[in-house]
Amino acid sequence: MHADPAGVLTGTHFLDGDHACCEGALAAGARFSSGYPITPSTEVVERFAARVPTVGGTFIQMEDELAASITLQGAVWGGAKAFTVTSGPGFSLMMEHIGYAAMTETPCVFVDVQRGGPSTGLPTLPAQQDMMQVRWGSHGDYEIIALCPNSPQECFDLTITAFNYAEKYRCPVFVMMDEVVGHMTEKVVIPAAEEIEIEPRRYTTLPPEEFRAFKPGEDLVPDMPHVGQGYNVHVTGLTHDERGYPDMRPAVQDVLVRRLVDKIKKNVDKITLFEADQIEGAEVVVVSYGITSRVAQKAIDMARAKGLKVGKFRLITAWPFPEKEIAEIASKVKGIVVAEMNLGQMVREVERAAAGQAKVRLVGHAGGSVHKPEDILKAIMEVAR
Amino acid sequence: MPVTEIRIAGFGGQGVILSAIVIGKAGCIFQDGYSTMTQSFGPEARGGACSAQVILSDTPVLYPYVSTPDILVVMSQEAYTLFSPQIKGDGILIIEEDLVRIGELPPGVRVYSIPATRIAEELGKKMVLNIVMVGFFAAVSQAVDPEAMRKAVAASVPEAYRDLNLKAFDRGFEYGTKELSQVIVKQDSLVAVAAIET
Repeated sequence: MHADPAGVLTGTHFLDGDHACCEGALAAGARFSSGYPITPSTEVVERFAARVPTVGGTFIQMEDELAASITLQGAVWGGAKAFTVTSGPGFSLMMEHIGYAAMTETPCVFVDVQRGGPSTGLPTLPAQQDMMQVRWGSHGDYEIIALCPNSPQECFDLTITAFNYAEKYRCPVFVMMDEVVGHMTEKVVIPAAEEIEIEPRRYTTLPPEEFRAFKPGEDLVPDMPHVGQGYNVHVTGLTHDERGYPDMRPAVQDVLVRRLVDKIKKNVDKITLFEADQIEGAEVVVVSYGITSRVAQKAIDMARAKGLKVGKFRLITAWPFPEKEIAEIASKVKGIVVAEMNLGQMVREVERAAAGQAKVRLVGHAGGSVHKPEDILKAIMEVAR
Repeated sequence: MPVTEIRIAGFGGQGVILSAIVIGKAGCIFQDGYSTMTQSFGPEARGGACSAQVILSDTPVLYPYVSTPDILVVMSQEAYTLFSPQIKGDGILIIEEDLVRIGELPPGVRVYSIPATRIAEELGKKMVLNIVMVGFFAAVSQAVDPEAMRKAVAASVPEAYRDLNLKAFDRGFEYGTKELSQVIVKQDSLVAVAAIET
């Protein structure tokens, strides 16, 4: 299905990442957002609030993040494509409802423009410190998808991907931006509506009497009901059976929660996105994501200029984590350098996937600015030794 | 791989950010190339220091921040004090001459000055001082194709003020072209004087 031209601002623009993300949401078909704006994500919904009345939709400024993160889910069940945006402190408050979205299989998108934490931290300055929180922040077992754009163009592109994944796999999907990417302005090309592929909502083709709201298809994902057209709709955060009714038996819990996890795990090859460059023959591979991947590229260029064989592996999906690919890299290189704007989050996944086959070296940063390329270069040279 | 790093700074409310948007837009949309614009984010809306950074390059920009600008544009004394120590040894300093008094600078730095606020007032709206600066920047820095800059101005301002802004751009550009030719004449005559003296 192609994008609805009403929401697509086709053309070449000079946009910051926040505005590009908003345009991505509109192009993807988002017509509802409930938000409690917070720096550095405010501009996303500021633009959405201005733009959405022109395409037919709603923005509601809520009383807090708890309300923002649940209201959008009501809109989704009512038929809209919906999202909200936040940053660290707001993201922490949304955790309960992220679990609700996972449990109720509500297709929705959360944009987290990461700033330095913990707590109020650095409101206007960057970090990549919510990478584990996005994966594990709510209680219980569940899987999510998280994407990491490294430019305003990708803020546009990957927000569309996020909406498409949300519809396809029916789970909350996260656009994990950082303050630099959110506030930097670059060229953004928005294609014509007919060049933008949109995943439609997976509405059931069954008649109301045969429909079961949480009966999965072959891909382990259930179809959605047409609300208000005679379909039985019961949505609960309690453990539920295929009809959506609460059922607390361990066997029901086992089937449901395993499926919530498996629908992502078993489709991991279809979901995982990454950028790999000069991995073949590399002695060292640098793993990074978001804005850090651009600074890392500078360090990689410097190392290559010194004659070192350095590969690049950029996580585009941080979650699900490209475990297989990292394991393979680890089997062939001397070492892996992980650069991230935190004191060690995704590096734990890299270490787990590498399983001791290669040295793994973290180049951490507490946030507030990007790395110095020289610091990443130094780690590359030490690992190559 | 020519890369030009630019910092523009002044008071909040002078149009610092829009100046940077115009330059950035000219650099990647109205001519071939890449540009990245970032801005300082503080609590200030009007008054207080405000600065923006633009990196122009013919390859994709990797590192997003400017540390030692090739070109520094300052529209307030505070901005001058804060940022002039960073300027590259052979860089260009562009100042609003009624608002900035310069001190000692590295010998290689070329300084260009314009009474942009006065010119904007002559045009009837003090608000366009930033676009006067942008026109002046286009002339003296030659960092971006002037025609691309002019198009970027037209594309970045509200329709109702387009003509006024283009006029402001042109006035700044003319002022810059004149200043540049005088500098060249001055340099030529210095060379001539030097030749006579030797």
